Amino acid sequence: MLLMGNHAVAYGVMLARPAVVPVYPITPQTPIIEKIGDLQLAGEFAVDLMTVESEHSAMTACITASLTGARVFTATASQGLLLMHEMLHFAAGARTPIVMVNVNRTPSAPWGFWPDQTDSLSQRDTGWIQLYCESGQESLDTVIQAYRVAEQVMLPVMVVNEAFYISHALEPVVVPAQDAVDAYLPPFDPDIRLDPDIGRSWGNPVNQDLYFRFRQAVGAAMDGVPAVAVGADAEYGEAFGRSYGILERYRMDGAEVVIVAFGAMVGTARVAVDALRAAGVQAGLLKVKLFRPFPIEAVREAVAGIPRLVVIERNFSPGAGGILHQELKAALCGMEGLPLIHGYMAGVGGVNVSPAKIEEITRAAMAEKPVPQSLWWR
Amino acid sequence: MNARNFAIDEADVFLSGHHACAGCGEALAVRYVINTMGPRTIAVVPPSCIAIIAGLQPNSSMRVPIVHGTLESSAAAAAGIKRALMSQGKDDVNVLVMAGDGGTYDIGFQALSGAAERNEDMVYVCMDNEGYMNTGAQKSGSTPHLASTASTPGGKLTAKKNIAEIMAAHRVPYTATATVAFPDDLARKVAKARDMKGMRFIVVLTPCIDGWGLPDNAAVAVSRLAVETGLFPLYEVEDGVRYTINHGSTGVPVERYFELQKRFRHLDSAQIAVLQAGADENWALLQSKVACPPPD
Repeated sequence: MLLMGNHAVAYGVMLARPAVVPVYPITPQTPIIEKIGDLQLAGEFAVDLMTVESEHSAMTACITASLTGARVFTATASQGLLLMHEMLHFAAGARTPIVMVNVNRTPSAPWGFWPDQTDSLSQRDTGWIQLYCESGQESLDTVIQAYRVAEQVMLPVMVVNEAFYISHALEPVVVPAQDAVDAYLPPFDPDIRLDPDIGRSWGNPVNQDLYFRFRQAVGAAMDGVPAVAVGADAEYGEAFGRSYGILERYRMDGAEVVIVAFGAMVGTARVAVDALRAAGVQAGLLKVKLFRPFPIEAVREAVAGIPRLVVIERNFSPGAGGILHQELKAALCGMEGLPLIHGYMAGVGGVNVSPAKIEEITRAAMAEKPVPQSLWWR
Repeated sequence: MNARNFAIDEADVFLSGHHACAGCGEALAVRYVINTMGPRTIAVVPPSCIAIIAGLQPNSSMRVPIVHGTLESSAAAAAGIKRALMSQGKDDVNVLVMAGDGGTYDIGFQALSGAAERNEDMVYVCMDNEGYMNTGAQKSGSTPHLASTASTPGGKLTAKKNIAEIMAAHRVPYTATATVAFPDDLARKVAKARDMKGMRFIVVLTPCIDGWGLPDNAAVAVSRLAVETGLFPLYEVEDGVRYTINHGSTGVPVERYFELQKRFRHLDSAQIAVLQAGADENWALLQSKVACPPPD
């Protein structure tokens, strides 16, 4: 089918069969929830689409419906995600396997509606698993995989798309068959849930020691995510013929320089890498799909022997620099044979990053020594 | 069925040994609410004195599952539970919120108003002790005019929000006021709400020993005076339009209510006259709504 990224997401959601979908509209997420409504009205999707009065209530209802044993979904963007912030911590602490799509959009002020991943990246400490996608097809497939991961480790998953480049771009998308998805994703039926016959409560006040132990348990679950995500993706690949991994090494063999990126910029960087290779520059690309937990071991393995890394991203943390740049440096700190690491903040606020711009940045990096700071490149 | 012949039927849900202060009006209200709702209930409790009464992990003073949610989200939390239960075909489980006035009148109001507009299926009980008593008795939107609190030591300059009228204006199936000095009236209203569908809202005036500056044994007496002075009449509203008054002013001057409480001790006679006039006006307004019922 020819689908915009947001409609591809809606099909992925329908195939995963959530029972309760609390939503609140925000640009550029709205086609997701409108399509779910259309599919419900057409009788194709049996779902309780709950039109609440805010994103905060949408996430709250997701949490309690999930605690009651229902599979749930919601989608948001930007200000909506930021309004949810309190409940994002709660969702992870309450160990609810919620799947949410966030369509990245610049946070205000000033107001903007453009692709920039600062909204989701600023939620990196909430305990949510984060998966960044580069196409509508990948988003659809990742939503289905996300339920497998979430319900295995009992942590929520944020599937992340960028505004317009993915959310509103029309592309051919393969929509899997329902019976195949049912075989891949069994119904959610937790033994422990809110039920008068079970008598379990959630969120009770605890002492310091219990809080410490709850946090350790979240950490242990997070630590297991890379292996679980790799497994879920591999099984998906066997069943549907498409898999993505938690990282992707693109033309990295023998590379003297590797671009590190995530989200929609990855698609552009592929073109740039091909052009650089054609021009005789031994360039490669590392796509980071799993951002939380940051797959330290897998990243170290992927970049071993690569002399130079160039992070190109849209994301600026004032006072610290490029967010992926910081994360990568932290992950590789102390690594034997540490590559040179450059960081460039290009495309901040949705400014277009063309293949030619990525080539320019890469060539510039190769002519310089890296500095600790991330550099602006407009 | 009216308060005068209603027999309270308590299920064994609320347990002794909870963490409320001695003489707490709210603990009494929790008892009648949760024991009337019964064991086929899931409760949502935001941060409040109710959360303290419910107990610290791993203990619970109530034999029902409780979600200790966030302060502003109780109505959305309850709605999520009910929607999930219905998706599983379980229509025999009551979903109950027990929130304080801060979590209802103030920070929780958006979620409550949204849930009321959607007519979500729950019993929402606001335990109204007229301030943020759990954090040391600061002013809330429910604090009465001129009452002294930790954050308004000179007296609050604006009136108490009328949450019952606000909820009735949403045209929800059931709105009621209640208080602990009239336990049969309170239990009857909870039972009635329990057996209805849609959004049912009950605000229960629950005197706070510490926050109001009361003697330990005065919660019930002051609760009764709140009604008899006309400051907090007990009434019900069905579908936002059909009003029934259960207990109201018996002509007791508001000063009798104020003199039991430290939070009104700074008032002079002119201020008391202002508050008396306000109480009389509100009582007359409520009576006019009963006197002129809407056409069927």
